[in-house]
This record gives sequence, structure tokens and C-alpha cells, in this order.
Amino acid sequence: MIISRLVKDKLARYYMFVLTIFCLLILFIIGGGLIWKSWPIIKGEHFLKLLTTSSWRPFKGEFGFATFILSTLYVTGIAIIIALPFALLTSIYLSEYATKRMKKFFIPVVDLLSGIPPVIYGVWGTLTIVPLISEKIAPHFVDFSTGYSVLAGGIVLAIMIMPLIISIIIEVLSSVPTEMREASYSVGATKHETIIKVLLRKVAPGIFAAIILAISRAFGETIAVLMVCGNFTDLPKSIYDSCYPLPALIANNYGEMMSVPKYESALMFAALLLFVIIVLFNAVSRIILNHVEKRYQ
Amino acid sequence: MRKAKNILFKILTITSSVFILTLLLFILYIIVRKGLPAMNWDMISKIPEGGFYLGKAGGVLNAIIGSIYLVGGAVIISILISIPVVMYLNFIIKKNSIFSRFARLCYDILFGIPSIVYGAFGFTLMVFFGIKASLLGGMITIALLIIPIMIRSIDEVAYMVPRDLIEAPKSLGATNYETLKVLVRQLLPGITTAVLLSIGRGIGDAATVLLTAGYTDSIPTSITQPAASLPLAIFFQLGSPIPEVQNRAYASALILTILILVISFTARYFSKKLSKHI
Repeated sequence: MIISRLVKDKLARYYMFVLTIFCLLILFIIGGGLIWKSWPIIKGEHFLKLLTTSSWRPFKGEFGFATFILSTLYVTGIAIIIALPFALLTSIYLSEYATKRMKKFFIPVVDLLSGIPPVIYGVWGTLTIVPLISEKIAPHFVDFSTGYSVLAGGIVLAIMIMPLIISIIIEVLSSVPTEMREASYSVGATKHETIIKVLLRKVAPGIFAAIILAISRAFGETIAVLMVCGNFTDLPKSIYDSCYPLPALIANNYGEMMSVPKYESALMFAALLLFVIIVLFNAVSRIILNHVEKRYQ
Repeated sequence: MRKAKNILFKILTITSSVFILTLLLFILYIIVRKGLPAMNWDMISKIPEGGFYLGKAGGVLNAIIGSIYLVGGAVIISILISIPVVMYLNFIIKKNSIFSRFARLCYDILFGIPSIVYGAFGFTLMVFFGIKASLLGGMITIALLIIPIMIRSIDEVAYMVPRDLIEAPKSLGATNYETLKVLVRQLLPGITTAVLLSIGRGIGDAATVLLTAGYTDSIPTSITQPAASLPLAIFFQLGSPIPEVQNRAYASALILTILILVISFTARYFSKKLSKHI
């Protein structure tokens, strides 16, 4: 009886240990698998040439990733510029000003916004943002725009990353002890001054981490940008031109890639690029966040 | 002057919050307004019939059932994996040991990896093992996507379990394994929220299934057959030039949105209710 209990205990322990290691290994297996698959193109081409040329003719064997990399950067840049002020102000309101009841009302709103699937954002973007750009905004600046553009991708992405930034900043703000606010009030500072000069300065690393996390989320977002960005392989000349971010490239071409071996390798290289950048960004921001939250405990 | 600035700043933060609320309402409004006129009973009770993609009769039952199968399978796989992992990190070894902390960092990073990378990896894996685009491939890939979500959200609850509760069963002579059986009740709110969160994420994700699950007009009868899914149904129908088909995309989007809303309200309800008596 005792022995069977101990055996069970040992078995359970091994089972749990193996699973824990397995889940850790997923990270390395994905990295390894992507490197292995994209090796032909990394080895075959000049590495810098892959990243800096923009000629994309898979059937002639020309693979230049510049358009896709730049598109991803433009779209993400616009998204962050739009999202950051709103996210920052909203999280300040929710953590510093809002009453308990307002909080109870607004936090679910933020959660719902983050729960809406990307494809719904895509549908919404094509219905509202795309026509808005092609009919109202773009005509002031350029001759013609379909609306499927860098700007459309940026706006849709901005809404998608707002909830993420808000919830992280609320969390870091709540880790700052009340004494620090009170110390500031006691020397005569107003609430506004306390927030700007004490709180935001204290949580600056946390805000930085939130931005990095949001950038990496925006880098990887696929289906929504695929639906509103237009997807032409030419370099975008203005924010009203269509663009072609990396994830959209992978999603659009996975079917035909089997026929040209090097094509498959090129698409896996795109996935590898995303993977490496996102893993780095996530690691950095998580380490910062862990430090920030521990500082006052 | 300083007072004015103070008030102005407060108003600014309130405006921004109200703007975010308006944004949510606006998105929901557009989806409902576009989806409702195209909605009918056939949409959710019939699979596509002949000429469906030219605007003829039928519905997206294949996609609804496909999504449920895909996510159901993925959730079962990931529960079986994530609960033991969380237990190991928190109750078997010390929850603040270097290994635990390193593991948490890795799961956090996995959590941040976009679904398209999981999709590309799942696709490679399937080519490697010779599996065609199928329900099985989709389930495994979605499981990869939601395991980190589950681990992290159950872990948050497990981390808070007080030391005494872990030691009480042990002091009665229970083995580690038997202690864990007691602790499962403690984790229940965490597990429920984690499952609902994962369902929400899994059911709405298009990039993983696009590469791994394929698409079909019939309801799959075995896990080696391809399976349709709601996000892809929306995506493909929206790409059609025919207005009737596009309208169906809006109706499908409405179905998916309602599903997501129901899931997230249920999650909220359960996480409140179950955490009451602990």
C-alpha cells in the first residue's frame, strides 16, 4: 500500500518534470526548426543583401526582404505613435483618478477590447478605416489611394495594442507605494504634478517595457494587417500607399511555397526574423517588468 | 494656474478613457449593423450548399463546428500539459527557485510569440511528419498557442496559495501527489478563467489554422480530415467580389463576436463566483 503510494508519487513527479522541460523546449525547438528550414536561403544568399534589397521575384530566385521589413516597421511605428498617448492617459485615469465603481466599469472595457479577435478588427478596419482614408484623408495629401495602406494598418494595430499597454502600465503604477504619492502631496504638489514628476518618472522603465511588448505584438499581428494593408510588393512611398508586412507575406503565400523549394525557405526565414526579434523584445521587457514590480516589495 | 493645469489634466485622462469606451462601442456597432441584416437561421444551421460561394443557399455551420472541434481538442491537450507544469513549478520545487523563475520567463516569451510563427512552425512540423492540413494539425498548433496562456494564468493563482495549505495535507502523511489533489480545488478559479481565456484566444485566431487546419465545406468526421473555422470563413468570404458572399462574412463576424462576448462574460462571472469561497 505504502509502496504503491510512493510509486504513484514518483511517477507523478517525473510526469510533471518531463512536461515542464518539454514546454521550455518548445521555445528552442521552434527556433531550431525555423533556422533549419531557412538555412538554404541564409547560406545561399548574402545575409545583408537579403535584408536590404527590395526585389521580390520568388520564381526567378530573387528574395529581397526590404519591403516587408520596412512595411512592418512603418505600420508598427504609426501604431505606437497613435496608441501611446491614449493608453498612457487612460491608464493614468484608471489607476490614479477613477473611483472603485468607475474602475469596475472600465477594466472590463479594456479586457473586451483585447479579447476581440484580430479578424474582427480586420473586418471593422475594411468597413470604416479604409474608406475613411481613401475618401476623406488621403485626397488632401495624394492623388489617389485605395485606402488599403500603411496608415490603415497603423490605425487598426494601434487599437489592438492599446489594451496591452494600458493593462501593463496600470500594473506598474499600482506597484508604486501610496507613501510616495503622499510624500509628494505633503510638500504641496498637486495631483497632476505628482503624477507627472513623481509617478511617471518612477515607472518609466515599466512604460518602456510596455512599449517594447506592444511593438513585438504589433510585429507579429497577421490577419488584421493582411486585411487592411493592401499587400503589394513595391516599397511604400507614403503612408497612403499599400504595404506588405512580414506576417502577411507568410500567411498569403504558404500554399504555393511548396512548389519552389527556395521559396519555402524564404518564407521560413521571414518567420525566423519575426521569431528572433520578438523573443529578444519579450525577454528584455519581461526582465524589466519583473524588476520594476519587485522593487517595492 | 497650477489648479487649472491640474483640472485640465484630469479632464484629459477622462476624455481618453471615454474615447476608448467609444471605440469599443463603435466597433461592436459596426459589426452588428453590418452583420444583422445578413443574419438568418440558415447561417448557423446549414453547411455550404452548391454555389455557396457564388451567393447561393447555405450557412457556416461547418466553420462553427470546425472551430469548436479545433479549440475543444486544443484546450484538452493544453489542460493536460499546463496543470502539471504549474503544479511542478509552485508546489513540487520552490516557487521562487532559479529554475522556476527561468521557466516563467520562458513561458512569458512563448506567450508573446505571434500566432503566425506558431502556424509556420506547425506547418513545418506537419510536413516533417507527413501530416496533411487537418483537424489534428490545427489542434496541435492551437494547443502550442494556448499552453503559455494557460500556464501563466493558472500560475498566477497557484503562486498565491499560502504555504500552510500545502503543508497541512503533508502533515497528515499525504505524499506530494496526494497533496496536489487537494490543491486542485484551490486552483479551480484559475483553471476556469484560464480555460475560458484560451478558448477565446483560440477560437478567434486565424493565422494558426490558416496554415495548419485547411478549409472544407463539410463537417470533419475524423481528426485526419481538414476542418473549417470561423475566422477563416470570415476572411475567405470577405475576399469574394460577390456582395451576397461578403454579407455572409459580416454575419459570420457577428457570430464570432457574440461567441467571444459570451465567453468573456462567462469568464468574468466564474472568476468572481469561484474565488468567493477560498
